[in-house]
Amino acid sequence: MLLDPDGRPTGADPAALPAAEELLTGYAGLVTARRLNEQAYALVRQGRLAVYPSSHGQEACQVAAAQVLAEQDWLFPTYRDTAAIVARGVDPVDVLVLLKGDWHSGYDPYEHRVAPQATPLATQLLHAVGVAHAARHRGEDTVVMAMCGDGATSEGDFHEALNFAAVFGAPVVFFVQNNEYAISVPLARQSVAPSLAHKGVGYGIPGERVDGNDLAALLRVLVDAVARARAGEGPQLVEAHTYRMQAHTNADDATRYREDAEVAAWVAKDPLVRLEAYLRAQGALDDAQVAAFADAAERLAEHTRDGLNRDVVPDPDDLFRHVYSRPTPQLAEQLAIVHDELSREEAQ
Amino acid sequence: MTASAVEHEKLSVAQAINCALRDAMSEDASVLVLGEDVGPLGGVFRVTDGLTAEFGEDRCFDTPLAESGIAGFAVGLAMNGMRPVIEMQFDAFAYPAFEQVVSHIAKMRNRTRGRVQLPIVIRIPYAGGIGGVEHHCDSSESYYAHTPGLHVLAPSTPSDAYSLLRDAIASPDPVVFLEPKKLYWAKDEVALGRGQEPGIGTAVVRRQGTDATLIAYGPSVPVALEAAEAAARDGRSLQVVDLRSIVPFDDATVCAAVESTGRAVVVAEATGFASVAAEIAARVGERCFHSLHAPVRRVTGFDIPFPPPKLEHFQLPSVDRILDAVDDLQWEDA
Ligand SMILES: Cc1ncc(C[n+]2csc(CCOP(=O)(O)OP(=O)(O)O)c2C)c(N)n1
Ligand SMILES: [Mg+2]
Repeated sequence: MLLDPDGRPTGADPAALPAAEELLTGYAGLVTARRLNEQAYALVRQGRLAVYPSSHGQEACQVAAAQVLAEQDWLFPTYRDTAAIVARGVDPVDVLVLLKGDWHSGYDPYEHRVAPQATPLATQLLHAVGVAHAARHRGEDTVVMAMCGDGATSEGDFHEALNFAAVFGAPVVFFVQNNEYAISVPLARQSVAPSLAHKGVGYGIPGERVDGNDLAALLRVLVDAVARARAGEGPQLVEAHTYRMQAHTNADDATRYREDAEVAAWVAKDPLVRLEAYLRAQGALDDAQVAAFADAAERLAEHTRDGLNRDVVPDPDDLFRHVYSRPTPQLAEQLAIVHDELSREEAQ
Repeated sequence: MTASAVEHEKLSVAQAINCALRDAMSEDASVLVLGEDVGPLGGVFRVTDGLTAEFGEDRCFDTPLAESGIAGFAVGLAMNGMRPVIEMQFDAFAYPAFEQVVSHIAKMRNRTRGRVQLPIVIRIPYAGGIGGVEHHCDSSESYYAHTPGLHVLAPSTPSDAYSLLRDAIASPDPVVFLEPKKLYWAKDEVALGRGQEPGIGTAVVRRQGTDATLIAYGPSVPVALEAAEAAARDGRSLQVVDLRSIVPFDDATVCAAVESTGRAVVVAEATGFASVAAEIAARVGERCFHSLHAPVRRVTGFDIPFPPPKLEHFQLPSVDRILDAVDDLQWEDA
């Protein structure tokens, strides 16, 4: 922890505090991420999104994961990491296509080097290792940020990914957002390890634990981890301890498995409040800037709203178009069935 | 390449696959071969023999022992410009990779509207007939064939093993390449170079015949050919279709063949219930009904776990079982 919950430097390692400029960029990101989470949640209530796994409370992790990457790097996000993807530069309207239901993945992964959001837990971590290995094979200077949750660390693919990365020396930063829950199941049922960062030990990977609500500490730890991976020191594991402030998704009822008091305790550790207090105390942030950042976030929310309120007429041909590079004769026959159904509907 | 320039060599299926890998690696630096023991050892069946020596550790290498890891790692390699050819050591040991195969390898193109394609080949030594102990003899093709987004190939000759593998590696789509273990040592002439045999999605008539059609693939093709030979001695002319490509399925060739004889038996080693053989029988029934003189018969494995070596002959489609099925095709009406 570099900043305490009230935004005061802990004095732990003053030299480690990122520059005000870096933190200001991060602050703008936090404001945007928070607003985006609120907007997406509202869109669920309005029936425009099927579901939204919010990162409310975890915004510092979301912003830091993207902020520490260079253009040539890759981000491998999960379903919860919409805000990180947006922080990387992807249009939220394209990101939320998945949850709106027009298609599975709505952005071009190669444009911003962001993999499609992964839902099968931990599976994407192996893809991240493969991308990193291929990059090194070709002599490219690429680091891959591979994200997952605390629950996902129990999946076999988490372990296989860490091991593959270590054995091949792949430049991957495994970034675990430990938000204390996997839907309803608390961390104690996932692991009795002293921390999730300890899981690196068995694979020969350095692991570090960081306060996931302290953007300053996150930036420090992740910048260093990315630098080590880039320098050829192999994969790195970072566990950010944070908290999922809302239910798993809007479809979940968190009161069935946790007390309000527990949630309230985390409200006091809000990542936004903490950073804002620090920057103001430093004289690096004033009311006008706060208003400007809020305004920018509002414009993005509006853009998101407008985009998601636009109805896209689905093209049934898409169902068959991308299963293979060329449709099989069987798929061509099946597409003809759909066309026939549609033409008869139109005739009615 | 002109016909006269085509190099012909007598090779086993294992050697033909080795040649296909070598030729593909020579032609395209993005082709990587990886898996368990595929490096210096050359694979437990020696299919990758010599590749590490020739192309280096970077191009043909051993991975940690974890099949989901291998498949998921290959996804990333393919996302980033490589053409990985991964080996699952045995059919039943490919199961840990199933999630990666079904949820990612098969779906990535579709999920991303064609933006991300995964040119991955999953080589699987498969099926029985080699006296293998448990977990070494599964016919797992229907799991893959049931999964949209995968091509599923099963060669039965050295020439097809070479040619189809070259096509699979060149394909922008992921391919499950099923290598019948019992045919690894079967030798025949192989035409080297690309495009010497029909491509992915094409079945061929292996033996002409007029009375009934046997439809087979992979390890069952030689058995079907043997049955046709035996039937010929009894005065019955059986045609044999070799699917080669389970997905895409060549309805046109199969239907034309069945329509020419009016009778069909599907032969496959896998358990019959909800199988590729069941699908073929249903398709032929739907599409060739008016040409059929008898219901389509299936000769498949029984619906039991693959038996131990001393009992496997009960499970494998045999010449006699095929001929019994042919005898059942209502000849009295002919
Ligand atoms: C392989 C797999 N199993 C189960 C699920 C259903 N599921 C979705 S999210 C989730 C909880 C994951 O918890 P965690 O990894 O801590 O991430 P968080 O949701 O807290 O961000 C579960 C069980 C899934 N998506 N994938
Ligand atoms: Mg969690």
